[in-house]
Amino acid sequence: MLAPQIIRELKKIVGEKNVLTSPEDLIAYSYDATFLEHRPDAVVLPGSTEEVSEVMKVAYREGLPVIPRGMGSGLAGGSIPFSGGVVLALTRMNRILEIDEENMTAWVEAGIITAEFQAEVEKRGLFYPPDPSSHKYSTIGGNVACNAGGPRCLKYGVTGDYVLGMKVVLADGRILKTGGKVIKNVTGYNLSHLFIGTEGTLGVITEVLLKLISKPRYVSTAFAVFPNLEDAGRAVHRILLAGITPASIELMDQTTIGTVEEYLHLGLPTWAEAILILEADGNQEEAVLREIEAIARICRENGAVEVKVARDEAERNSLWKARRSVSPSLARRAPNKLGEDITVPRSRIPEAVRRIREISQKYGLPVVVFGHAGDGNLHPNILFDKRRPEDMEKVEKIAGEIFKMAVEMGGVLSGEHGVGILKQPYLEMAVGPVAVEIMKAIKQALDPKGILNPGKVVPLGVSWRGE
Amino acid sequence: MNPESLLPTEEQYLFCIRCGQCVTECPTFRVTLKETQSPRARVMLVRKFLEGELSPSPNFVDQIYSCLDCLACNAVCPVGIKPADLALQMRAYLHKTQPQPWIKPLVFRVYFTHPRLIELSMLPFVLYQRLGLQRLLHSLKANNLLPAQLRDLERLLPNPLPLRPLRASLPELIPARGERKRRVGFFLGCFQNTIFAQGSAASIKVLAENGCEIFMPRNVRCCGMPHLGYGELDTFLELARHNIALFEREDLEAIVTDCATCGSTLKEYGHYFKDNPKWSKKAEKFSRKVRDVSEFLLETGFRRPARKLPLKVTYHDPCHLRRAQGMWKQPRQILEASVEEFVEMEGADTCCGSAGTQILTHYETSMAILERKIKQVEASGASVLATGCPGCQLQLGLGAKKRGLKVQVFHPVELLDLAYSYSSDDSQEERC
Ligand SMILES: Cc1cc2nc3c(=O)[nH]c(=O)nc-3n(C[C@H](O)[C@H](O)[C@H](O)COP(=O)(O)OP(=O)(O)OC[C@H]3O[C@@H](n4cnc5c(N)ncnc54)[C@H](O)[C@@H]3O)c2cc1C
Ligand code: SF4
Ligand code: SF4
Repeated sequence: MLAPQIIRELKKIVGEKNVLTSPEDLIAYSYDATFLEHRPDAVVLPGSTEEVSEVMKVAYREGLPVIPRGMGSGLAGGSIPFSGGVVLALTRMNRILEIDEENMTAWVEAGIITAEFQAEVEKRGLFYPPDPSSHKYSTIGGNVACNAGGPRCLKYGVTGDYVLGMKVVLADGRILKTGGKVIKNVTGYNLSHLFIGTEGTLGVITEVLLKLISKPRYVSTAFAVFPNLEDAGRAVHRILLAGITPASIELMDQTTIGTVEEYLHLGLPTWAEAILILEADGNQEEAVLREIEAIARICRENGAVEVKVARDEAERNSLWKARRSVSPSLARRAPNKLGEDITVPRSRIPEAVRRIREISQKYGLPVVVFGHAGDGNLHPNILFDKRRPEDMEKVEKIAGEIFKMAVEMGGVLSGEHGVGILKQPYLEMAVGPVAVEIMKAIKQALDPKGILNPGKVVPLGVSWRGE
Repeated sequence: MNPESLLPTEEQYLFCIRCGQCVTECPTFRVTLKETQSPRARVMLVRKFLEGELSPSPNFVDQIYSCLDCLACNAVCPVGIKPADLALQMRAYLHKTQPQPWIKPLVFRVYFTHPRLIELSMLPFVLYQRLGLQRLLHSLKANNLLPAQLRDLERLLPNPLPLRPLRASLPELIPARGERKRRVGFFLGCFQNTIFAQGSAASIKVLAENGCEIFMPRNVRCCGMPHLGYGELDTFLELARHNIALFEREDLEAIVTDCATCGSTLKEYGHYFKDNPKWSKKAEKFSRKVRDVSEFLLETGFRRPARKLPLKVTYHDPCHLRRAQGMWKQPRQILEASVEEFVEMEGADTCCGSAGTQILTHYETSMAILERKIKQVEASGASVLATGCPGCQLQLGLGAKKRGLKVQVFHPVELLDLAYSYSSDDSQEERC
């Protein structure tokens, strides 16, 4: 419970309506897209950077935890207030401040929905490529805070690659402005990049300056079925070796294929060990078509028994349908899932998939693997039922083994979802003690009282089990 | 009936993965930008209530009633959760278990079940408009003394209101024009009987024009949607039984309505009686016959007018037509046949914020949603806005007035009717 006097102070800053304390409101801000939940003491919805700054000053004075939140679509428990305090939801800060067509940049407030921003720049023939699958229900601020990526990352890079500058409110309320409308900038440390991927632990990102490119006019999609997983891996390698950079290469493993088929009856080949969905794009139609043909040929030469190339938009959509249906079909198989997000060196994807399958069999819980084969980012999803205590135990063991495996292979814990609270216990194993020391030192320098998103990313004594 | 049996089951919310996909689709979230006003939160609130963590506090009740039942969330949820249904079921439960304001039974059990009362209640408004009181009041600027909500309520009603209810001005059996090809029933909604009589008169003319003999029972009663929306399940069932019995006696190919809300409710009668051995078959049979007027015209093939109206028209999808009944092509096809220029506006399928009575219960949100919508109408550059639901028609008419927009609101079939007469006027001219 917050002291009534503090609530009054917060209301004075952001307005009566924008401080929420009813049990219904606290429940609404107690979750994200994981299975975890914890209620905050209050929710504050600021309307400007200045208001965020004033709120932070109060919080700093009081030592009050502040948990920045975008749309709460995170998959690492990052915006859940495990230590109580204030959830600072940025959804009201959703304006586009400027689209500079000449310099191909845009200034936006952090709370804008990513897809809405994309639609606005695309109307002008411009393009903001980062495309987390959640782009219709996540915010630019959340994307920057998690360094989100999506299928298009293989060719176009992740959110962080498009950040030229930002406004950040620091723990004590100071407003920091970084970067500028320039492509090259070595004026001191790269402070913009310091905040990318920090998941709300170092500052509240309130505005972002983004780089735009021109919109590719043509897209073509292929769908390839591989009876053998290793062949799919080799095909990916050969495609890239041939000098082709597809916009995306998505992988579904056999368990995934089976699960989607069971749910939707699309006629997917459940006997196949892997399906790849590959996409080429560009501004020259002929070049795009030539690329997709080459991609199809290389797939065939490397063991694909069936390759389909979409002839029009409708066919493109139907090829993507299987991939897009993965999440919902998982939800139909079990009430809960833990969607993991490891990345391994591309060449070891087949091995990783096989080993995950072994781990799954060992514990007797289904683990479905799909992801972005082009960049090595895999999403093993463990399916379980939270109401069964024995399931919960197994889930943790499986996750632990998968993380260990990824690190052994020279990979990382997360390619896009972030560490949040779920992966925080494994951080040191993944990055080593020195890196953790440095992260702690940076955290200490910027947030000495530890009020910004306590317990996330850097292990500082808070866990989702409430210790 | 045991109220507990009305509650949603675990099966209905357990699989929500909290992905957030439904959140940005929800009109109440879009204008408030608060998670609490989102389907994901509504699912969570229902769940926490069922799990005993929340009590039916006034705030809880308000969150459940703030849903517009626009069904946008049901349509996008990848897992098949139906947040809108959960809210409706909760309302039925709350209605049975919580003390209700005294006025509620009066409104739902008496007013909305007696067409005569609805008609009579319109009379003061008709007089008010016809006797020049309205102009007087306006010129004195007296209406500006009213709080915004009352002022908007006053402006909500179209001017002029029809002098007589439609059921009093048409016979119960309306013959086909020319050769009789079909025999259909017409379900006259409360709104069309009183406020939009002109709209249904047009629908009936168009049906007759296309060879239908029309049976329009005088003592039809409200479809029951307001009752469902407010949790008055018992009265809803009573109305449904009355209406089913009314049409059962006649041999009808279809039961047509030009109200999106009535249509979606009538099509659900079967569902609501599925566990009632005495009524399930009849209700099912009734529901199977129900057609929206656009749906019916497209299904049976309608005569294209010889000339199109020289208008630029855009269309708003009523939630209860597009999502509840899956009709979005049909009204557009009617419009394309009737007017010279049809333009699609951005966000045609987003709710207008009317949802029956949100202007009374959640005024600010309702007006904020409307404002967004009207800006999109304005951006389309159309001079006429078509929509197939009287609730939307009222709300959008108000929105246009508030923004000073000279856009008139019509039912698509009304425009088809106008196009028929426009074509025949024209041919007469050619003849002389
Ligand atoms: C179905 C589904 C598919 C997904 N697909 C992808 C995918 O393809 N790629 C991908 O990368 N992710 C994906 N995600 C995960 C998630 O959508 C992303 O992590 C997204 O970037 C989160 O944005 P958000 O606005 O919802 O942030 P939230 O969930 O609200 O917050 C996430 C983290 O960012 C912090 N944060 C949020 N806003 C700010 C801010 N303004 N300043 C400082 N910190 C902030 C929070 O404190 C928290 O730690 C998916 C999620 C779902 C449910
Ligand atoms: S109701 Fe459906 S769309 Fe909404 S959060 Fe739950 S699973 Fe996602
Ligand atoms: S029915 Fe409409 S208003 Fe209600 S929760 Fe769903 S999207 Fe929101």
